[in-house]
Amino acid sequence: MTEATHEEYAIHDEHFAHGHHDEHDHHGPAKGFMRWVFTTNHKDIGTLYLVTALIMFLVGGAMALVIRAELFEPGMQYVDPAFFNQMTTLHALIMVFGAVMPAFVGFANWMIPMMIGAPDMALPRMNNWSFWILPFAFTLLASTLFMEGGAPAAGWTLYPPLVLQGGAHLPFAIFSVHLLGMSSIMGAINIIVTVFNMRAPGMTLMKLPLFVWTWVITAFLLIAVMPVFAGAVTMLLTDKFFGTSFFNAAGGGDPVLYQHLFWFFGHPEVYIMILPSFGVISTIIPTFARKPLFGYSSMVYATASIGFLSFIVWAHHQYTVGMPLAGELYFTYATMLIAVPTGVKVFNWVATMWKGAMTFETPMLFAIAFVVLFTMGGFTGLMMSISPADLQYHDTYFIVAHFHYVLVPGAVFALFAGTYYWLPKWTGHMYDEKLGKLHFWLSTVSVNVLFFPQHFLGLAGMPRRIPDYAVQFAEFNAMSSVGAFIFGFSQLIFVWVVIKAIRGGEKATDEVWEGASEHGLEWTLPSPPPYHTWTTAPDIK
Amino acid sequence: MKKLKLLITGLGIATFGEASADYALNLSPGVTQLSRDIYDLHMYILWICVAIGVGVYGMMVYSIMHHRKSKGAVPAHFHENTKLEVVWTIIPFIILLAMAIPATKVMIEAYDTSASDMTVKVTGYQWKWRYTYLDNGIDFFSTLDAKSNEARQLGVRSNPEAVPNYLLEVDKPLVIPAGKKVRFLFTAADVIHSWWVPQFGWKKDAIPGYVTDAWTRVEQPGIYRGQCAELCGRDHGFMPIVVDVKSEADYNKWVEEQKAQAQKAVADAAKTYSMAELMAKGEEVYNANCAGCHMTNGEGMQGMFPAIKGSPVATGDLNTHLDVVVKGKGQMMPSFGDSLSPVEIAAVVTYQRNGFGNNMGDLVQPSDVSARN
Repeated sequence: MTEATHEEYAIHDEHFAHGHHDEHDHHGPAKGFMRWVFTTNHKDIGTLYLVTALIMFLVGGAMALVIRAELFEPGMQYVDPAFFNQMTTLHALIMVFGAVMPAFVGFANWMIPMMIGAPDMALPRMNNWSFWILPFAFTLLASTLFMEGGAPAAGWTLYPPLVLQGGAHLPFAIFSVHLLGMSSIMGAINIIVTVFNMRAPGMTLMKLPLFVWTWVITAFLLIAVMPVFAGAVTMLLTDKFFGTSFFNAAGGGDPVLYQHLFWFFGHPEVYIMILPSFGVISTIIPTFARKPLFGYSSMVYATASIGFLSFIVWAHHQYTVGMPLAGELYFTYATMLIAVPTGVKVFNWVATMWKGAMTFETPMLFAIAFVVLFTMGGFTGLMMSISPADLQYHDTYFIVAHFHYVLVPGAVFALFAGTYYWLPKWTGHMYDEKLGKLHFWLSTVSVNVLFFPQHFLGLAGMPRRIPDYAVQFAEFNAMSSVGAFIFGFSQLIFVWVVIKAIRGGEKATDEVWEGASEHGLEWTLPSPPPYHTWTTAPDIK
Repeated sequence: MKKLKLLITGLGIATFGEASADYALNLSPGVTQLSRDIYDLHMYILWICVAIGVGVYGMMVYSIMHHRKSKGAVPAHFHENTKLEVVWTIIPFIILLAMAIPATKVMIEAYDTSASDMTVKVTGYQWKWRYTYLDNGIDFFSTLDAKSNEARQLGVRSNPEAVPNYLLEVDKPLVIPAGKKVRFLFTAADVIHSWWVPQFGWKKDAIPGYVTDAWTRVEQPGIYRGQCAELCGRDHGFMPIVVDVKSEADYNKWVEEQKAQAQKAVADAAKTYSMAELMAKGEEVYNANCAGCHMTNGEGMQGMFPAIKGSPVATGDLNTHLDVVVKGKGQMMPSFGDSLSPVEIAAVVTYQRNGFGNNMGDLVQPSDVSARN
């Protein structure tokens, strides 16, 4: 920690929450709104990220409900097709960059220093800046909704030439992507520097909690691919406004080049969203199975393998663009390989549960649902890796079902699991277990009502990104929409559970979960932890 | 009532049987050898996944049932087993090999466009398809049919169920002969589209500046339907594909008819038409090509698509009006110079200038349109 931050803390008050004191806790946060603007504290910044992510999750979810309302029955009822396209585009951009990624950065900020015995993140001021870029980025993106011609409507992939037909929104969306990229890269650098330099003595790399490992690998992916994406969208910008022809065939450019650049970013991006989920699940299952994680080192190597493979499989998103046969086959084989390390992870989770003594509190329920439903997404992923079969699946509701299975009951359930798991630690109060379970059951049932029928729709021939459809798709679309509304409104329970736990409730013990102190350093700290933790490094056994 | 019925369907599958007999759960095996090979591959991988799933989920369920604290389970302490780890790395690898081999065979088959009997060039436009028969020069556009187009307007109180083949019908289908190997070349005029008829087993992107190819050999005559599969703008959901596969004899007859029609079109372009003829033809052309945005009643859509009714273009200078229709305007208004014949352009412009209460009294003849080129 720098000299400056120490001085800054010195002028602050004692402590913010319920007078929880210990001898390290002689600085507290500032009061009022400015505390959040100027904070360099990893816990505050973690909270900022998590609150932002929750708000964006609700905004992106509302857009999804517009989509599902229009798709409830055949015919155009509520929105113009152009607005429908804006909704699909913004829903994806907001969920990916506004909800899932910031939420995991929030987890990382809160937990990594506490898990590795560090007093804070290595670069606290940069940490502040990487968060405070986000509200500006989202304002730029959201402002496009009020522009002439509306928001971006070419899908989150922003494929040219379609995206170049857009009007005033284009530079706003692109600058927003630039800002989001800067924020992600700074966050990633911070995590890497923290983990490599600030571990407590004795915390060797192969003793790192798996959540930390998955985040380190994710951070490397972010640093590698965000600049590629930033470059690709900048090329869109110059094509549109400065007369270049990177992606314009009439000017000697190549529209498919953009797709290669995008997916070189886009495929690792999906692992950026799922690897930290693996980390969360690998943390939760051992605690509630009361058994150490099975195959720790193979988990680390499997994560690293997935990270590596993510760089060499991108064109499986482009099986229909007319690549040469050799390209189709190479990307088929390379993509299939991902099933091996991913399978290892699933087997390890099951082996961790095997012969444990399981209890089923809300975090464990979400973790188990994650393993089951993520694996479903894994199966459909394997099916789509087979290029000839993908000639049918590509751009249908089958892929919509696939990536929602890995991202909703996948990444989002991991976020729920992690939130329920660490919420008592963060707030010092147990959450309402009854409401938590209600949230779990409603979410798990409705998410399947929402997404499972979409497999059938895709196989039966319904393309994705259409605002209206032929009548033989009516039944499953109606079912999917009903599931969507139940799922959407169930999330209000989650919001209420979180607010309730912040405001009060049964005091949480330091350990929170039975035997958890054997599963991570964070459980040896008080609940809630003091504003500054591990100012003296802990002893690692 | 309809909403309520759908809601009930959504809540439970109870009413499913009677709600519709049309819905499908699985991929169609299709109507070609290639599509059946792809279907078999799909089912093969699906069953492998189901088998793995039963194993993995079975272990989990067993564990959840028996290894729970409430049943007095005492946690074991094992956390490593190298042998096991090696086994469950190698077995999946072998399973993958068993998938890769048939997948490779089918992909090679899908890519073999050699020795074809005929070639059709398919060009994607926003939002219609153009079919050019390279062997005999037949060339036409295929757009969403007027009934679907009318029923799909925002907020229209129509019943899509009452429209035959809602959103899957076109004014003029692609016609190919049964039993012949047809090679397709794909490209696009504006943005990327994707040509997909599920029963042929594949889709292929149509990319501006690129020519991609694919092939089919349909065994039985029949009508096969599909849609654009790549997001291509506002009306992406409204550019269906219909392929009419005819027996060889019927196909040859169709080719002759097309040639005769083409000759007639040349003759027609030289004729002079009455106002009534142009208005009737114009309404037809308008509903097929313009009504998607400017609406059937010509009132457009506030803030997005200008009205034709009382518009400065349709009630202004005739040459400017023709320019807009022939060359397009801005990002949204496509050019119709390629897709409409001089007769059609003359008719639609006459219709726009005299319909919707515009009453300009202008009569545009095909020769006026041809003279501009």
